[in-house]
Parts: sequence; structure tokens; C-alpha cells
Amino acid sequence: MRRFWRWELLLIVPFVGTLWVPFYNALEPRIGGIPYFYWYQFLWVGISATLTAVVYFAIRGGDR
Amino acid sequence: MNGINGPALAVFTALFLLVTVLGFFAGRWRRADLHQLDEWGLGGRRFGTIVTWFLLGGDLYTAYTFIAVPALVFGQGAIGFFAMPYTIIAYPFVFMVMPRMWSVSHRHGYITAADFVRGRFDSPALALAVAATGILATMPYIALQLVGIQVVLGAMGIQGSGWMAELPLVGAFVILAAYTYQSGLRAPALIAVVKDAIIYVTVLAAVMIIPAKLGGYSAIFAAVPPAKLLLTPPSAGTLGQFSAYATLAFGSALALFLYPHSMTGVLSSSGRGVIRRNSAMLPAYSFLLGLIALLGYMAVAAKVDKVPAFLGGFQQYGPNFAVPALFLHLFPSWFAGFAFAAIAIGALVPAAIMSIAAANLFTRNIYKEFLRPSCAGKEESTVAKVASLVVKFGALAFIVLVPQKYAIQLQLLGGVWILQTFPAVVVGLYTRRLHRWGLLAGWITGMTLGTWMARALSFKANVYPLAIGGLVIPGYTALWALLANFTVAIVVSAALNGAGVAQGKDATSAEDYGG
Repeated sequence: MRRFWRWELLLIVPFVGTLWVPFYNALEPRIGGIPYFYWYQFLWVGISATLTAVVYFAIRGGDR
Repeated sequence: MNGINGPALAVFTALFLLVTVLGFFAGRWRRADLHQLDEWGLGGRRFGTIVTWFLLGGDLYTAYTFIAVPALVFGQGAIGFFAMPYTIIAYPFVFMVMPRMWSVSHRHGYITAADFVRGRFDSPALALAVAATGILATMPYIALQLVGIQVVLGAMGIQGSGWMAELPLVGAFVILAAYTYQSGLRAPALIAVVKDAIIYVTVLAAVMIIPAKLGGYSAIFAAVPPAKLLLTPPSAGTLGQFSAYATLAFGSALALFLYPHSMTGVLSSSGRGVIRRNSAMLPAYSFLLGLIALLGYMAVAAKVDKVPAFLGGFQQYGPNFAVPALFLHLFPSWFAGFAFAAIAIGALVPAAIMSIAAANLFTRNIYKEFLRPSCAGKEESTVAKVASLVVKFGALAFIVLVPQKYAIQLQLLGGVWILQTFPAVVVGLYTRRLHRWGLLAGWITGMTLGTWMARALSFKANVYPLAIGGLVIPGYTALWALLANFTVAIVVSAALNGAGVAQGKDATSAEDYGG
């Protein structure tokens, strides 16, 4: 398992989440009047930053 | 739009003066010998997490964010929102790739991407290609910043006819040129802090007050034609806007940190950890960028293009006038002036960083490499200072020669070119399997095809509808060109490696890249 798992792989997730347009090209459901298309992408800012932070702390030991 | 807007101009001028004074003072900050290129052009490589955050953020928070993106959203709807995924995925990419670039550059004293390519592939020709591309691609990006300044000055009533029309632009340009020349990278780094403060005030006021005045986000989105709110889905024979959206985002993200100025931001940081921490922190900018993009819809909802006072502005600046008009329409004059100062200073800082970076490239990789190998110290930094002026004039030329309805096309055009250095610079960080002549052949192919496609679109659009079989795939020209670039690079490299053509000597070794 260790050979195949690298924390950096987590960083591929935002690419899939934001570049596959069929995931989010829709108006409903809306949140606070904001169509899905827009709040979905705002959500990914947070997800992506969180994943990056997770990877940062996970691999920090080897990075001086 | 008739006559000068006094209160706005007063606030604008006060802030602008403050920043100018700071710019000249910056030369004394962390004082060092500014006649050394390392000091003038990289701030002595001592910038920590915070300064780097402001500096890299300055690269993103530009007229691109404030003028160009909302203008596209205003004029064309959802497709303009591609800037959002673009700035989301740029950072994971930076997190992975740029620490390697930092390590190898630190170890060998490289200050540009072309330096690295020169050492890695032992090829002055390939390094020249990378350097020339960086300088060329920077010009339209600076041009975008100048357009941003021009639009806000126009919004305050500073415009004339004939040659007078260019005066304010020239004024801003001279100030920028002067303090860049004087203080080098320290100037934009120090100003970036002030700039961000007034930008945050502007953005927060805009995203809280404007929606409230327009009846909330529901009302804003309801005012936009529904067809504009989503991307055109694929239909028989075409992928519609889906492929355009994804490729614009992906191509822009890959291109962002190949630009000389982003590379400067990365290399002037004090360590790998600084870069990684910033990759996790910089998305804060992306969030605000998304909110600013929505100003485009707010301008639609406020119907600013129907307000008689703004007709002249829209006539002269097109959709790029949407955000200035919105501010003038909904804010008191003095605050509009504050916001315009934020936009103008937000354009000047990156323009300064960009011209410094392009100047570094010219000095190190063209002047020193090919014209005056003995040049060093003071001569080197003087050449860089002059080169930074020349690049800015190149940017002016782009404004005059290819007037754009949408300013964002300037940045996308730069992306078409800079992305062609990806195989040598980024792939080169990981492997030398691509042969130096293969990379050069790929670069020539990519540059030619990219420029040809851009020309076919009259340099005014950057989504090229590629027909494969019966399917039309509209996509960002930069990526189509990069595909051709890679294909040629791989095929030629395989042939040359098979024939045993010399690879050249690698000046770097595996451990130079760290982790």
C-alpha cells in the first residue's frame, strides 16, 4: 500500500471536481438565490485549499 | 461621463501619490546594493511567507480580476466564470511543481526559467527560445493592466481627443517606469501591502453593499437572462461551451506560473516551505476573484449600460467599462475614487513586477548570453533597468495595434505563447528524456500553430473550434498548440535519442531538486 499511496495524489481531486463541467452546469439547487453552477465552484475553493493544507502537513517532515 | 469627477479624482490622486512615494522609498527597505541584479530583480531572495503572499497575490489581483473578468461575465455570461476554476487548480499545481524549481534554482543561482533550461539541457538555443517567449508573452499581459488604468481614468472624466487621450495613460506609465527603475522588486513588494489593504476594503464594500442595493443575489441572478447563467451544453456535432470552459481554465492554470513574473515571485521567496504554505493560503484570493467576477452580473442587474451618463464610456471602452460604471452608479463619488485607486494601483504593481521579470530574462539570457558575456554587476542591472522600459513600450504597442473589445483576450493571448515553454520548463524539472532539439522543434511547432490560430481569430478571441472527425471541439488555442508541441517534441526526441544524437551535459543532479 505504501508504495502506491502518495499524499500528493489528493491534489488531483480539485482538477476533476472543477474541470468536469457536467458535474455542475445546472441552476438548481440554489443557495441564497445563487445558482448551483456558481456556489459549487465557490465550494471548491475551500475544498482545494483544505486538501492542499492536508498534503502540506502530511509531507512536511520530508521538506526542509 | 461629462467633465471631471472632482471628489473621485481627489481621493484617487491622494492614494496614488501615497503609493508613488512608497515606491521610491522602497529602495531603502532592507537596504542593499541595487546595482546587483539579484538585489534589484529578486529583492535579495529574502522574502518570507507573508511578503511572498502579497507578491504572488499581486500577480493575480490585477486589472484582470477587476476589469477583464467581470467584463466577460457582463458581456457573455457563464463562460467568463472560467477564471474561478482556473485560479482554484493553479495552486495544487504550484504546490507540486514549484518547490522543485525553487530548489534547483537556489542550488545553481538561477533567477529565470531560461537559466534553468540552459543548465538542464546544455542548450543556449532552447534557453533563448524560453527567454524570448517569456518577454513576448509578458507584453500583452502588461497591456491588459494599462487598459485597466485607462478605463478607470476615463471613468473619472480624464479623457481627451486625439493625442491628448493618451496623456493620462502616459502619465501613469511614466510613474510606474520611474519607481521600478529606481527601486526594483522592492517597490512592488512594499506597495503590494498597501494595495491589498485598499483592495480588500473595496471588494468587501462592493460585495456587501452592491447586492444589498440591488435586492440581494436572488434579484441579481434573476435579472440575468437564464441562457447566460449556464454554459451551452454539447449538442449534435459540437461540445458547445463545455470544452471551451474547461480548457480555458486548465490552460490558464498551467500557464500562470510559467510567466516570468510568477517565476520571480516564486524564486524571490526564502524557501520551499514558503511556496507550499502559500499554495494553501492563496485560494483566499480565488474566493474574492469569484465574488468580483459576479460584479459583471450586478452590472447587468443595475442596467448600467442603459444609463445615459455611461453611454459614452461603454462606447469608448466596451464591456470593460461595466465595473467602473457600476461603482459610479451605486457609490458616492469619493468612494468610487477610492475603488478606482484600488484598481489602478492593482494594475500598476503587477505591471511593475512583470516588466522587472521580463527585464531579468533579457539581461541574463539574451544580453549576457549572446551579446556581452563579460557583463556583470552594475552593467547587468543597468541593462535590466533599460530592458524593463522597453518591455513596457511593447505593451503600449499591443494596446495601439490590437484594440480589444474584451481586455481578457490580451491575457489569454499571452497564455498561448507562454504555455509553449511548458515541456522544457515543467517536464524538464522531472525528466531529461525529451531531447533538447526535440523540445526546440516542439516549441517552434507550438508557437507557430498558436500564433496561426490566434491570427485566424484576428487576435480577438482565443477559443478555436477544432474539428476532429465529425465533432467540433471548441478549446483554448494555448492547449491545442501545446498538444502539437508535445507531439512533435516526443516524436523528434525519440528519433534523436534512437540515433544517439548528443544530449548535452546536465548541470544539475537529481538531489538538487529536493524531495
